[in-house]
Amino acid sequence: MGNAEARLEVLTRINRAVAGVQAPALPAYPQCERLEREAMLRQFQDRIEDYRASFQRVAQTEVAGAVALALAGAERVVVPAGLNPAFLPTGLHELHDDPPLSHAGLDRAEAVVTGCAVAISETGTIILDHGVDQGRRALTLIPDLHICVIRAEQIVQSVLDGVQRMEGSVGAGRPLTWISGGSATSDIELVRVEGVHGPRRLCVVVLD
Amino acid sequence: MNVDLFITCVNDAMFPRTGQATVRLLERLGHEVRFNANQTCCGQMHLNTGYREGALKLIRKFVDDYRDAEVVVMPSGSCAAMVRELYPEAARWGGDTELLREVEDLAPRVYELSEFLVNRLGVEDVGAYYPHRVTYHPTCHAMRVLRVGDAPLRLLRNVRGMTLLELEGAEECCGFGGTFSVKNPDVSAAMLADKTRHVLDTGAEVCTAGDNSCLLHIGGGLHRLRSGAGTVHLAEILASTEEEVFA
Amino acid sequence: MSGLHPPKPFPEAARDKVSQPQLRANLRKVTHTIREKRLRAVGEVPHWEELRVLGEATKDATLANLSDRLLQLEASVKARGGQVHWARDAAEARELVARIAESHGVDELIKVKSITSDEIELNAGLAERGIHAIETDLAELIVQLSHDTPSHILVPAIHRNRAEIQALFNRELPGEGNLSDAPAELAGAARRYLRHKFLTTKMAVSGVNFAVAETGTVCVVESEGNGRMCLTLPEVLVSVMGIEKVLERWEDLAVFMELLPRSSTAERMNPYTSFWSGVTPGDGPQEFHLILLDNGRTDVLADATGRQTLRCIRCSACLNVCPVYERTGGHAYGSVYPGPIGAILTPQLLGMADKNANTLPGASSLCGACFDACPVRINIPQVLIYLRGEANEEKGVTAEALAMGAVGYAMSSGWRFEGALKLARAGQGPLVRGGEITALPGLLGGWTQSRDLKAVPPQSFREWWRQREGADG
Repeated sequence: MGNAEARLEVLTRINRAVAGVQAPALPAYPQCERLEREAMLRQFQDRIEDYRASFQRVAQTEVAGAVALALAGAERVVVPAGLNPAFLPTGLHELHDDPPLSHAGLDRAEAVVTGCAVAISETGTIILDHGVDQGRRALTLIPDLHICVIRAEQIVQSVLDGVQRMEGSVGAGRPLTWISGGSATSDIELVRVEGVHGPRRLCVVVLD
Repeated sequence: MNVDLFITCVNDAMFPRTGQATVRLLERLGHEVRFNANQTCCGQMHLNTGYREGALKLIRKFVDDYRDAEVVVMPSGSCAAMVRELYPEAARWGGDTELLREVEDLAPRVYELSEFLVNRLGVEDVGAYYPHRVTYHPTCHAMRVLRVGDAPLRLLRNVRGMTLLELEGAEECCGFGGTFSVKNPDVSAAMLADKTRHVLDTGAEVCTAGDNSCLLHIGGGLHRLRSGAGTVHLAEILASTEEEVFA
Repeated sequence: MSGLHPPKPFPEAARDKVSQPQLRANLRKVTHTIREKRLRAVGEVPHWEELRVLGEATKDATLANLSDRLLQLEASVKARGGQVHWARDAAEARELVARIAESHGVDELIKVKSITSDEIELNAGLAERGIHAIETDLAELIVQLSHDTPSHILVPAIHRNRAEIQALFNRELPGEGNLSDAPAELAGAARRYLRHKFLTTKMAVSGVNFAVAETGTVCVVESEGNGRMCLTLPEVLVSVMGIEKVLERWEDLAVFMELLPRSSTAERMNPYTSFWSGVTPGDGPQEFHLILLDNGRTDVLADATGRQTLRCIRCSACLNVCPVYERTGGHAYGSVYPGPIGAILTPQLLGMADKNANTLPGASSLCGACFDACPVRINIPQVLIYLRGEANEEKGVTAEALAMGAVGYAMSSGWRFEGALKLARAGQGPLVRGGEITALPGLLGGWTQSRDLKAVPPQSFREWWRQREGADG
């Protein structure tokens, strides 16, 4: 279809358009005021709750209980292969992605429990790089309830911190999903409605 | 200080009282006011309407008229903004590097009246007396291009006898925009309607601003409504004293 | 859908819109709401101005080396198993998408909201080939079901109120009919309608918010999760991006992920952002096509003043603060790019000879609110003024040009100006009633539609000054 021709022509147009234009030097990234660890965790909690997602902060031994609380009775739960089994309460109907679950199969699941790669306190953002404790993207997309267990040391303060932490994952070709609260829309008269397509409920469990 | 007054074409023709008030005020503060009678227009209407060549002629003329001035003061935010922000652009668009050098040299000496008083001279109380209910409209170019900030309000707050009323939606444009008001009369009128409604809601007798172009527009709207409220340039309020109420 | 091409000159289109009280009330409410919210979101960041400067410089640096960046992006995406195509114009881009669909025997595909795809009139182009594109963003779905066009970059159905949407969904969505006008219930109906489509449709089309050259990473920013559905579940994914969306380094994304959500939805961060690099084995679409679109962008790039327009990250902050947009809504601009950014982007993409588009730079009072709100510091008022000049060059000699020439002559010296003033004073005589003019003739008649004009007073300032000097001397 002559795409080589289109490519050459677009590149030629660009080179003609910017001939002699100098790239400006980039100023340094503005630094935010650094918070103490505890303040950062409080900020993260504030942001998560502001998105009307649920938040629990627990000790290692209390994770399974916190997850059980977040599940609120849901039983058919997707569990990524690398998730620490100690995070899960007993008596669940666990769905494992091996062999891969079909879209329809995932649609019958009530919840998914995962870890994350990093989280950002300033914006209340959870970043998944879809590693073994998070699973492929569909697992955290189709079930209606997403419970995310975050180790406190995974929380960084700024967007730049989060981006820098993800350099290796991106360099390795992994996809990323940034999650800040549950699915939402403001398309009707700018009224915010929580829960459209994505998981309609997000529960965050921070593990000290 | 030797102050060169650039009165602006609109004030010269339509609002001579504003010019007289500016002279009275600056002289009262002890400055020597000069008026170069060859001055005409800063070229804003030409440039903003897309007539760059016509604007460049007026820009060159402005530079010729004020090259040696110590400071140039004008009772108009939008004309001062034109000189400071758009003269360099116009020179670049015209590919005139000599003019660009000259306008960049001149621009820091050009002031809108309220910023000259507050930011350059450090004067906030000019000894004015004005026994009326007044609301203040911050004009777009003074606020967003010149960044005069609250300089006009600082001056107004020190006027004796005056009641200063807060204007809702103050920072919204009145809809004048030069030839915009003629080329897009319906949109302009819709913006004006909101502005005049807000002015009337304050219960003020007078709406003031640092720019008579905007006041011509707002005043034209108020007059059409037969509202009884009017417009007065900031300079005329500041020039008024108990001995002589100027406006 | 007319893509970029305004069907009418702006003043004419605006007149129709300004006279609709319900539309004006809807627009006033939403623009004021989001304005306040944005100020709060931005006010929370102490170094906002520095971020804007960094965003501006980052975009400018990329644009200065755009061909290198695009070649780098192409190589990175290919290395990750994606395919890259180039489109000189809208027709080429449409053809590319249609052929990919046909090669998979697809007659229905799902779409993530993409203004670029609206710009190239993709849905209409696909429909001609028998391929139905389903919009999955709630607002785009509303627009599509009502055979309407978007009127806002972020909230395309901003001109519709809940009652209109209730009636539309009850009529158009299969299985519905008794929906109330509660936004949550209406959103729920859209979820039910689209769920099956997400799980079963083979191909999706998206736009692109950012693409990172060094890693081949493409990014889509969204709220509802419809984007994630489209980007994850189908087997084939096609993303159409304007060539200006490329960034150089992964780290360059950080500043835009700070600037965009706060400027756009006025949130600290949008609910979902997806990043992917080519194809990930076992996860998501196993066939990925990236289409790099020019469609007039290189003409914009060639203009030293206009070039900054290509920094735009489509946040729509300029629309929400614009007093003109607030009164007319997006449809008056007649293009998929409405508001202040549209007033400079549309005519530049189409060329200043377009008789309707070249009225768009006039759609502004030059109040400057758009520049203050722009997260990448596009000096929209400056570009508007510049483009008015470009439009006049195209128009040649007009009555207005002659009048401006005459004014210029009168302004060429103090004494000529004084002479002209005397003429005006003599000429206005028959028009003046009690010191005011209430009806002006000809081109100036627009003024006196709704305002009076103060008459020229008997003595000018310069006459007063001369008199005073004479008295002193």
